Amino acid sequence: MSFAPVYLDWNATTPLDPLVREAMLPWLGAAEPVRFGNASSRHEYGRQARAAVDEARARVAAAVGAHATEVIFTSGGSEANNLFLKGAAACLKPGTVAVSAIEHPCVREPAKQLQRTGWTLKEIAVDAHGVIDAADWGATLQAKPALVSVMLANNETGVLQDIAALAAEARKPGAWFHTDAVQALGKAELDFRALGVNAMTLSAHKIGGPLGAGALVVDKRVELAPLIAGGGQERGLRSGTENVAAIVGFGVACERAVAHRETEAQRLALLRGEIETGLAALGATVFSRAAQRLPNTVFFAFGNIDGETLVGKLDRAGFACASGSACSSAQPEPSHTLLAMGVDPVVARGAVRVSLGRMTTADDVARFVATLSRVVEDLRKLASVAG
Amino acid sequence: MLKFPIYLDYSATTPVDPRVAAKMIPWLTEHFGNPASRSHAYGWEAEQAVEEAREQVAALVGADAKEIVWTSGATESNNLAIKGAAHFYQGKGKHVITVKTEHKAVLDTVRELEREGFEATYLDVQENGLIDLEVLKAAIRPDTILVSVMFVNNEVGVVQPIAEIGEICRSKGIVFHVDAAQATGKVAIDLGSLKVDLMSFSAHKTYGPKGVGALYVRRKPRVRLEAQMHGGGHERGMRSGTLATHQIVGMGEAFRLAREEMAGENERILRLRDKLMNGLTGIEATYVNGDLEHRVPHNLNISFAYVEGESLIMAIKDIAVSSGSACTSASLEPSYVLRALGRNDELAHSSIRFSIGRFTTEEEVDFTIDLLRNKIGKLRELSPLWEMYKEGIDLDTVQWAAH
Amino acid sequence: MAYSDKVLDHYENPRNVGSFGKEEEGVATGMVGAPACGDVMKLQIKVGKDGVIEDAKFKTYGCGSAIASSSLVTEWVKGKTIDQALDIKNTQIAEELALPPVKIHCSILAEDAIKAAVADYRKKHPA
Repeated sequence: MSFAPVYLDWNATTPLDPLVREAMLPWLGAAEPVRFGNASSRHEYGRQARAAVDEARARVAAAVGAHATEVIFTSGGSEANNLFLKGAAACLKPGTVAVSAIEHPCVREPAKQLQRTGWTLKEIAVDAHGVIDAADWGATLQAKPALVSVMLANNETGVLQDIAALAAEARKPGAWFHTDAVQALGKAELDFRALGVNAMTLSAHKIGGPLGAGALVVDKRVELAPLIAGGGQERGLRSGTENVAAIVGFGVACERAVAHRETEAQRLALLRGEIETGLAALGATVFSRAAQRLPNTVFFAFGNIDGETLVGKLDRAGFACASGSACSSAQPEPSHTLLAMGVDPVVARGAVRVSLGRMTTADDVARFVATLSRVVEDLRKLASVAG
Repeated sequence: MLKFPIYLDYSATTPVDPRVAAKMIPWLTEHFGNPASRSHAYGWEAEQAVEEAREQVAALVGADAKEIVWTSGATESNNLAIKGAAHFYQGKGKHVITVKTEHKAVLDTVRELEREGFEATYLDVQENGLIDLEVLKAAIRPDTILVSVMFVNNEVGVVQPIAEIGEICRSKGIVFHVDAAQATGKVAIDLGSLKVDLMSFSAHKTYGPKGVGALYVRRKPRVRLEAQMHGGGHERGMRSGTLATHQIVGMGEAFRLAREEMAGENERILRLRDKLMNGLTGIEATYVNGDLEHRVPHNLNISFAYVEGESLIMAIKDIAVSSGSACTSASLEPSYVLRALGRNDELAHSSIRFSIGRFTTEEEVDFTIDLLRNKIGKLRELSPLWEMYKEGIDLDTVQWAAH
Repeated sequence: MAYSDKVLDHYENPRNVGSFGKEEEGVATGMVGAPACGDVMKLQIKVGKDGVIEDAKFKTYGCGSAIASSSLVTEWVKGKTIDQALDIKNTQIAEELALPPVKIHCSILAEDAIKAAVADYRKKHPA
């Protein structure tokens, strides 16, 4: 890259925290003391790897108020979500699985797969703000679901759900309650016990850790079948040689993210406020503004400006943001989350997501707001000429 | 200067080659984009790097880059290949064939299929560790849909007749999967000529990083799979989940180096292995496990009779070796691979797998030979079994007071 | 497996390794265990006319704890009468060597070896 654009896509992935990098390098053979053992080996190289994995497991557990033995390392958030839904379903008689309408595809798709093995899928509706709809939640409970999955924070709107309340209600009739907390970790308060959920998905690369590591934190009462069979690693729930470097990085990233969470949340909320003031001046619609949201996320649209076009212009002007969630941004369909909120598809096509993070500065934000104004004015002029 | 313990466990995992690490680091730090981000340069450059690595992996094995699917490692690849193919083709039949000496990642996956209602045949191997093609042919049934045979065995290093098995499977229209985790960089693989439909790869057995692997999925004739991991539709829907760019770049570079250097490297390693073998087989009552001709140069698996396995491992703690597959070595079960080769429990317990690699030196091999001679001698001095053997007593005729 | 210092000491420097001549006066042999179980212990005692164990030797095929347990009992039985030797209990051996639970069977085998050697002595020297 000839120049580095300002990165405003922290919900897609994050740059590696320097301390995480330092912890990982020996395990990648790139710094002394070089470490490379297979954690299943009984000799010294193996024992070093095992100790490193155990230490990371304790760090991840501590970050979310769980017990170390409740942490199952996976290759990432997608795998952890798949593991919960398919793994728990495999140990139950087919019943109802309820997932919110705004889940990430790696929750929605496995839930759809369960229908092939006799499960009934209930999609839980959200209201116009992107919050779980109270009436539909009541209907969901009536259906006595065996499995429920509701994300803690939405990747696009940043909306936070009241997971503690939902979990308490869902568990009364006996459901296993899971929450995808990938976007919440490090940005919102997160305590496995206080939330009262049975399982929770985490990912390293959203919090300054590396790609390639995630975890399912799961209460031991939940019986799970593994997705990946083999050598019996991770209490037999996830076989495969442990990715020690990434797991070590994940541990350190968790510790860092939690330590800086409160101060960062305040700082980022102020920066986002700057952006939203700018957006208001330009007449943009900010989605879910009335709801409780992550402090770093703003999802917005301008009438008559295509989101892809706007993001393309911003990229050329030196600002990297997203027009939808990264995984589905290859597809031209409007945001699934916005459609679930009842947003007009024409408006939804204009959606742009800006997500801030640890390295975002006040200057970045000021320049972004100025550039956005210019780009939007230009596009509007073009539109009026064309019109 | 020797660095202790001397690492002779390259089949369990390999260090990341420093050249591979150098390629990976920039993708871990400044180029940190999500390859699925389509709206900015961070994402594009990551995607480009992922595609270049895909070409590199494909090039080592004579495949097309479009036939390579990224996974988190060979264990996942084996699960995806076996469950994915069995689920997709179950309408044609529900019988699968594999071998008793396969890695747990294959055996446990096949067991899972059995629980789902599939039938499985686990082929015996010959005393040399190789499968008998006639035994395979006899096991094939009209409802056989999948055969899974590993390229190179992780414990004894024998190379199975993959080309011949491929011909048999193709002629019967059976999907053929090969676990090649231990094969890359050690044997030449040409998927242009081998009639293999699915092949699993691992990066960390070939000087790449842990946490990344790949599955080859043949396009002509096309083989179909049912995805095992669902979500954003990455990897053409076959495997969802954000791609770990730095790890993938590392695997690409590791496989590129393997392709360039394997010929010379394998010659050097063979010389070291033969030296080690000659040094150790000079010790009385030792047995090499597995065929010597059809074998990768990296592996030497030897049973030392009349010494007990755990005390042997304790005696040779200056070297890091494996007394079974890394994945099962936490339990005291004798290696199921050696038992399949016909070794009794005692010999299986007192077997050592030496696996030699890129960074093994002659000095390390010399040290190892001396260490083993010395320690085997000492343990046999202690061993009542050795004493009886030397007195000419046939241990099989002894009535043991079992407890 | 973490071994205690005492196990390591006996493993590195086993006491009284070897065998007596079979026909030597007062020698009795106890052989216990089986190769398939992973442990075989051979304990020999040399008993004087007064019924006191003058000397003891062992050979063991087994793990470090088995080697240490048998090495230790050769030290303990020396100077004891055969009746006193029979009082040595596996729990004392396990305690002395700080054996972990998975290795308790090694101490049991060592106790069995003493019993077997004494039984052999009594068979050869009926009272």
